[in-house]
Amino acid sequence: MKKYTFTEKKDTRSGFGAGMHELGKSNPNVVALCADLVGSLKLGPFIQENPDRFIQCGISEANMIGMSAGLTIGGKIPFATTFANFATGRVYDQIRQSVAYSGKNVKICASHAGLTLGEDGATHQILEDIGMMKMLPGMTVINPCDYNQTKAATIAIADYEGPVYLRFGRPVIPVFTDADQKFEIGKAWMVNEGTDVTIVATGHMVWEAIQAGETLAAEGISAEIINIHTIKPLDEEAILKSIAKTRCIVSAEEHNRIGGLGDSVAQVIVKNDLVPQEYIAVDDSFGESGTPAQLLEKYGLSAAAIVAAAKKVMARK
Amino acid sequence: MEIEQLEKVASQVRRDILRMVHGCQSGHPGGSLGCTDLLVALYFEQMKLKEENGSVVFDMDGKDEDLFFLSNGHISPVWYSVLSRKGYFPVSEMATFRKLNSRLQGHPTTHEGLDGIRIASGSLGQGMSAAIGAATAKKLNKDTNTVYVLMGDGEQQEGQVWEAAMAAPHLKVDNLIAVIDLNGQQIDGPTIEVMDNRDLGKKYEAFGWEVLNIEEGNDMAAIVKGLYEAKSRLGHGRPIMVLLHTGMGYGVDFMMGSHKWHGIAPNDDQLAAALAQLEETMGDY
Repeated sequence: MKKYTFTEKKDTRSGFGAGMHELGKSNPNVVALCADLVGSLKLGPFIQENPDRFIQCGISEANMIGMSAGLTIGGKIPFATTFANFATGRVYDQIRQSVAYSGKNVKICASHAGLTLGEDGATHQILEDIGMMKMLPGMTVINPCDYNQTKAATIAIADYEGPVYLRFGRPVIPVFTDADQKFEIGKAWMVNEGTDVTIVATGHMVWEAIQAGETLAAEGISAEIINIHTIKPLDEEAILKSIAKTRCIVSAEEHNRIGGLGDSVAQVIVKNDLVPQEYIAVDDSFGESGTPAQLLEKYGLSAAAIVAAAKKVMARK
Repeated sequence: MEIEQLEKVASQVRRDILRMVHGCQSGHPGGSLGCTDLLVALYFEQMKLKEENGSVVFDMDGKDEDLFFLSNGHISPVWYSVLSRKGYFPVSEMATFRKLNSRLQGHPTTHEGLDGIRIASGSLGQGMSAAIGAATAKKLNKDTNTVYVLMGDGEQQEGQVWEAAMAAPHLKVDNLIAVIDLNGQQIDGPTIEVMDNRDLGKKYEAFGWEVLNIEEGNDMAAIVKGLYEAKSRLGHGRPIMVLLHTGMGYGVDFMMGSHKWHGIAPNDDQLAAALAQLEETMGDY
């Protein structure tokens, strides 16, 4: 098992803010919009240096999405930002018609995704956003795994022409990827090569998968761990190559079991190379208030749960 | 263009609308006929459009020209007719309206690559937000041209309209002229019965808009005068709202003033009776 270490913990939303700060200097067409959450989205440095390229939309997410679509007419690259719940479910029709169907170059950037925003509870803990966004034709869906990768993804999507949903979160988690990495949209990252079981993970669950891999290695099980930061378009080749070797797979995500990464992986498997799959995901329920660690434990999204799923899926080979 | 010439264009556009809707036995003639005079006035008189060698040319960014957004996308027939008569695409293409593999979808879209259209509309309430965004992009680009958006009065029942209504004055979007087609009708009946909008002028004024009325919204001279008046008030920190008092189905006696022709097509006899009231001025497609 390849060793991953970290010296600090940071939130992925701060990676987004750092990426925006850099884009503010490097790309004059980038415009930021926010619906009354600039502190939560870490937009301070961008706004301070580019006040004319920031639009405070107030608590009006539908108008923010529509304005973003309009800004692309004139060559701007709008980054529409708020919490994931309000950036997707609340404005699904606006995204569908004014952004996706219209093919607009809008970047929807959503913080506080999943259970790990914690104490605010289920009203804010969206677990359906990946499903909604990946169902939209032409939408790219990205869920990076740590601060550095979120920063790199933020910078990368500005250079990509087309609508993007970028999902990140609130809790501080280990920073374990390279600070100077190049982010390739749609290209899975091989975290650890292995031979017994494939674990594909996205977002916060990548670190949990790494910890699970270490536990499995100690028991003599070789896990191949792949970071699927881009859920759509999915790197099918990476998945097929891996299961050709391991013959079983576990998917891990901080999202509803229905409609997320796991379902995308299952489609690849049933169409190409049938192997057993286990899901690590929220089992079709809403969340609740609690600390991030408590919630991950209660809803079965921990490293320990991944270890158990890996053993179970290996037994089904 | 002289008023008389604009009226001749409007007569042809009304014929196009009726023939398109009849051709596929589907679509929305009522609001289309009511907004015909406005769209003709905008495209043939008011708006500055990009041209090369005397013909209009289209690009998505629309820099250095005026822009028009249709928020109430169901009145697509009037827009398609005006765009093709202006030269954005061949008039013969109107025969494909709402048919399989057509660029003239039931509701306007960019998806099929039809020149003249910059965003999809149909699901109501979204056009003004897009127009505010486009107007903001113009300001960022130091482009001094104007953005127009047309909405329906029934559409004012959508919540997003009021998000946009709040944002435009706050953001000082003073290169925007919004128009509401005030025909008092929607699918289920008179607007006053379905969901009363009450005094839209007072509402927009309270939100910080400069509001003006065009009482005769199907009188070409009144529309042209009103649009120039609206344009003269731009650039003073406030967006402009034009309340355009129209008649649904205007121009065809048996369609006028009723919600019944909001979304149904005339049969052969009704088409003939309607066309007999409208002079063919530019040649039917």
